[in-house]
Amino acid sequence: MSYLMAFIIGGILCVIGQLAMDLTKPGITPGHILVGFITGGAILSAVGLYQPLVDISGAGATIPLSGFGHSLAQGAIAGVKEKGLLGAFSGGVAATAAGITAAIVFGYLAAVIFNPKD
Amino acid sequence: MDEGKSEELKAAEKKEYQNLVNQVKPKPSVLANCLWAFVVGGLICVIAQMILNYLVSKGMSKSDAGSAVAVIMVFLGALLTGIGIYDKIGEKAGAGSIVPITGFSNVIVASALEFKREGYIFGVGARIFSIAGPTLLFGFTASVLIGLISYWFR
Repeated sequence: MSYLMAFIIGGILCVIGQLAMDLTKPGITPGHILVGFITGGAILSAVGLYQPLVDISGAGATIPLSGFGHSLAQGAIAGVKEKGLLGAFSGGVAATAAGITAAIVFGYLAAVIFNPKD
Repeated sequence: MDEGKSEELKAAEKKEYQNLVNQVKPKPSVLANCLWAFVVGGLICVIAQMILNYLVSKGMSKSDAGSAVAVIMVFLGALLTGIGIYDKIGEKAGAGSIVPITGFSNVIVASALEFKREGYIFGVGARIFSIAGPTLLFGFTASVLIGLISYWFR
């Protein structure tokens, strides 16, 4: 069951990205999609609309980049509860530190080890 | 008169040429693109869910397991981009390979590789952020604004 919901919700989020690309050609690039999803996910999360999606589909909602925005938003809100104003600045990045650091370090290693394919 | 005719001819030729182009050009319909994005994006999430379930079954807390899954998926995305498989998947899958977090590591590696010949510090080191940078910037900014608003209404 959890796999089916992960598949469906994850798939639907990707279709939203695909429609944004196909229906607005050629203005929207993969970069715009990523920026849009991380920001959109953070906003939906802040108004309480993203957590229900995570509850029903698990990785289907956390693995798309909107889930990254969700972690950033919830991290900031939890940070404020814990540390006040300072938490607004530290909470988001603290909650996503593992993924962001991994992306930069593994990304760099992959770029050093491998060569561009043509 | 002559000029008008040649213009008509030009228009006709243009139309014929367009028809020819349209015949030769492969036409991936929006529907087909969406189907591919749905299936590939969905499958990536299922793989992540499998890893998540495995880690939780080994006694990891849900939030730690979530972070670990992000690290693992990012690693897989970087590796598959490095060996050239991810971009092949992306040709078909479109947003199905961009929206998941593996797509985030894909754009990091792809933009870094493109500038490898400019060196490892200011080539790879700087260009690694050409798409990741704006993404993180907007993500961090949104997060801080949300934090400030929640501080205000606390």
